[in-house]
Amino acid sequence: MKILVCITHVPDTTSKIQFTANNTKFDSTGVQFIIGPYDDYAMARAVELRDQTGGTLTALNVGEAESDPTLRKALAIGADDAIRVNSFPKDSFFVAQQIAHFAKAGGYELILMGRESIDFNGGMVHGMVGELLGMPSFSPVMKLELEGTTVKMAREIEGGKEHLEAQLPLIAGCQEPIAEWKIPNMRGIMSARTKPLVVVEPVIQETQAEASSYQLPPAKGSVKLVDKDQVSELVRLLKNEAKVL
Amino acid sequence: MSILVYVEQAAGKIKKTSLEAVSYGYALAAKTGEGAVIAVALGSLAADELAAIGEAGAAKVLHISDERLNAGVIQAHASAVAQAFESIGASTLILAKSSLGDAVAARLAIKLNAGLVSNVVELPRIEGGFVVKRSIYTGKAFADTTITTAKKILAIKKNAVDQKLDGAKAQVESFSVAIPESDFASKISATERATGEVLLPEADIVVSGGRGMKGPENWGMIEDLAKTLGAATGCSKPVSDIGWRPHHEHVGQTGVKVAPTLYIAIGISGAIQHLAGVNSSKCIVVINKDPEAPFFKAADYGIVGDAFEIVPQLTAALKAAQ
Repeated sequence: MKILVCITHVPDTTSKIQFTANNTKFDSTGVQFIIGPYDDYAMARAVELRDQTGGTLTALNVGEAESDPTLRKALAIGADDAIRVNSFPKDSFFVAQQIAHFAKAGGYELILMGRESIDFNGGMVHGMVGELLGMPSFSPVMKLELEGTTVKMAREIEGGKEHLEAQLPLIAGCQEPIAEWKIPNMRGIMSARTKPLVVVEPVIQETQAEASSYQLPPAKGSVKLVDKDQVSELVRLLKNEAKVL
Repeated sequence: MSILVYVEQAAGKIKKTSLEAVSYGYALAAKTGEGAVIAVALGSLAADELAAIGEAGAAKVLHISDERLNAGVIQAHASAVAQAFESIGASTLILAKSSLGDAVAARLAIKLNAGLVSNVVELPRIEGGFVVKRSIYTGKAFADTTITTAKKILAIKKNAVDQKLDGAKAQVESFSVAIPESDFASKISATERATGEVLLPEADIVVSGGRGMKGPENWGMIEDLAKTLGAATGCSKPVSDIGWRPHHEHVGQTGVKVAPTLYIAIGISGAIQHLAGVNSSKCIVVINKDPEAPFFKAADYGIVGDAFEIVPQLTAALKAAQ
């Protein structure tokens, strides 16, 4: 079976977010970039399913050359080859169009990705790719088992989960606890250097909803501490000052 | 042109976040002068539930009563909503961000060729382009996003507008759609849902516990406090990882992102990944015995002390004040 995992190249979860160029560009100074944490779950499950089925696993990223180390990490974790669509990921629609095109061209039967990227948090790309390819799409998927061409999944819903059964081909946006993150070992890191990483140009340029400028939330005032023997004072403050009760 | 709002139900009840979406549509229509707001509701629903949609701001409710749509069958919902959108010649679709809403909205964006923005936090600016403010970097920043297509979809975040409740009546119309059989090919075999509780992503007040609670056997006091406040219960990632609480209660970067009016954190140190899930809260209260806990820097109010003493006192003080 051919499996495709789409990964994002995003700032580490502990990054301080700042903007530059008059608030029109993300300031990457001193920021460490990683595979998106949700994509990392998708990646880990994809490696297990590739090993289970004896198929192949391709990692794909829509990004500029700075994404290459992130794709190399995906290769070190276990992808057999990688594709980078050479463009800044302008919006969900743009990214979904590229993924749909290369997924179709490659004949992938299972397409996994994170439930959302942790930069723009849209959580829309998997559904868009599904509609573009006429495949069912599911997210956020927390369990995914393969039995022949039947896929058994659990999808998180508000306050619980839903158990689902669907047929390949399909697309899933993944989250924990679908699999444990895999840390690349030395053999993986060495072999990643020689695995193929193909750079292709975007097939469609159109966008529909691009971000034009950024803002940070207003700075938080300092905390008002209430003495531990005056708990009723906290209730009074929440009622009369914060007006949240 | 008109505004359509996709309304979700859970076990026969309209979701509160969907009613907020209706009110958002109402406020948007007032701003753009687009006239009446129409809502589309799917599956079996009682008359009083349909009436609630009117009170929230819809002039008309299109009710697609096909009971196969009671469950969140993603493709079928997308097909049904697309047909409603096109039949009324709508310009904009509004929905509440949710597990099902996100999945349906993404497919609709392609079906309708509509520019989609998620995590919308306020009404758009419409002078010189349709500009929507959305939350990004898991609540750490905002982006102004310009939608360039004629048709638009906005998935709104909780608390983007206040819910309208003015007793207005909507005209309820039954609406039939032709959904391809293939949309029902994926089967939902079972649904597990916490019952009789306030759902975390929709709650106005959230009470969360962390490792400082020392064990699942001590969650009674968290639940008592939550019950007194009509709040949902949440927890930190380590707590759900150890299995003290179920995964759907995990609040944080890789869990549920909440935006309540009041968030009370008990025995949670406040790692940056947890803060990412709560930074859209209007007011944050932190109770922790460690005065150096980083959570105090993100809090509005705090008490330094032993949760096992303070939480029962707080519950008692709240009961006394009610």
